[in-house]
Amino acid sequence: MGKISAKTGNEAMAEAMRQINPDVVAAYPITPATEIVQIFAGFKSDGLVDTEFIATESEHSALSACIGSAASGARTMTATASQGLVLMQEMLYIASGLRLPIVIAEVNRALSSPINIHCDHSDTMGARDSGWIQIYSENAQEAYDNLIQAVRIAESALLPVMVTIDGFIISHGMERIEIIPDEEVKGFIGEYRPRYTLLDEERSITMGAIDFTDYFFEHKRQQIEAMKEAKEKIIEVSKEFNSRFKRDYGLFECYRLEDARYALVVLGSTGGTVKVVVDELREDGVKAGLLKVRVFRPFPWQEIKDTLAYIPFIAVMDRSDGLSSLGGPVFQEIRSALYDIDSRPKVINYIYGLGGRDTKLHHIKQVFQDLQGIDRTGRIDGLINYLGVRE
Amino acid sequence: MSLKTKGWRELPIGGLILEGGTSEMYKTGGWRSLKPIWSEEKCTHCLTCWIYCPDSAILLSDEKVQGINYDYCKGCGICAKECPTKVKAIEMVEER
Ligand code: SF4
Ligand code: SF4
Repeated sequence: MGKISAKTGNEAMAEAMRQINPDVVAAYPITPATEIVQIFAGFKSDGLVDTEFIATESEHSALSACIGSAASGARTMTATASQGLVLMQEMLYIASGLRLPIVIAEVNRALSSPINIHCDHSDTMGARDSGWIQIYSENAQEAYDNLIQAVRIAESALLPVMVTIDGFIISHGMERIEIIPDEEVKGFIGEYRPRYTLLDEERSITMGAIDFTDYFFEHKRQQIEAMKEAKEKIIEVSKEFNSRFKRDYGLFECYRLEDARYALVVLGSTGGTVKVVVDELREDGVKAGLLKVRVFRPFPWQEIKDTLAYIPFIAVMDRSDGLSSLGGPVFQEIRSALYDIDSRPKVINYIYGLGGRDTKLHHIKQVFQDLQGIDRTGRIDGLINYLGVRE
Repeated sequence: MSLKTKGWRELPIGGLILEGGTSEMYKTGGWRSLKPIWSEEKCTHCLTCWIYCPDSAILLSDEKVQGINYDYCKGCGICAKECPTKVKAIEMVEER
């Protein structure tokens, strides 16, 4: 049993970073992720970590420095949010293409314009095709646990990982969390032995060589396979985490889903809100349930399909809109995963919480009521719905 | 040496090249669209083409032109242009 302590999401992520004690952290501050790096810089100046800490002039430079560091074989981390992740975008693809196991602590925040500092998932959803593993956390405990696991996942899959928390809601909300003893975290993540490093004088290698029509496709095909295989690696690491620290994580969490007739699919902090509503509805005899996606990249579509196959009425909640006119990205992928099921469930989409708009119990209840309405009438009035927006 | 094009399962990951000095194995002649044809009969071995060739693709032995190294000749045509007007020992033809 670890130490129980009161921490915000940002403090929990910074604490995990202290225990991971990465070789290099290169970062640039941005609300609401600033604190993570600020607290970590404090650890550095207090001599609590051995990390080489590089304060860069932008997020683009921060991730560039991380790429150089990881290429040299150093265990490397950074933290960012929102516009910072967008500024990193060019380098995100380079990190994943070079198969560098960098870990980002990401705090979800809306993207400009209009400028806003509060939570939605537009930032990481915009990076969903960048070849990074994406792990979403419901609360500070999950953020802490996920960040520790991310180091192992990245290094075994040889893919970079971003672990996210909802801006302000979790990043600045104080919670009771269990901190694993330093030595046990160290034992769990182990020593990093990079497979390739630019600093190995015995084995000189080239990274980032030009790749034309003759080889580019083959290297992308490898990356696609690595992302597919990452799923098993995430499961392995989560199992080992559970056997050591007694907290069970899968690709997604099922909450009262076994016999559910109405299910919500959600990512991040809203999972907690939905659980409260599910419990209330269950008391009234309504068969409500929740599927909370933890790992969005790789997208565990077969497992999600098998789990949701017997649930006739499903609402997918997206905290970002793809602005494609077909709703949010989670909706599109879940719906696509369910297409081959003979008893094809009715699946509708709710865009919610953009720019930090509060999502309350009554909003979630409304979604379940809408699903019950479809059950009664057999008719879908709104395929894509906007929850909590003023008309 | 020509490189066999490998399948994705055989290649090192991340586009890495796992040894040094591999640029020697990289043949740059592949993108030529015009090919210089050198005539041994016409050539006076003035070596103007050898001086001008930007890719050192004019092959020499004992200060005499032996031919053209098509592994590295990019087909720019400078050699044909600079070969003295009275000699015109190099002709550019379409690569097929
Ligand atoms: S065509 Fe250009 S590259 Fe080829 S031999 Fe002549 S000068 Fe050299
Ligand atoms: S420039 Fe013409 S004549 Fe002179 S060496 Fe070259 S091919 Fe021969």
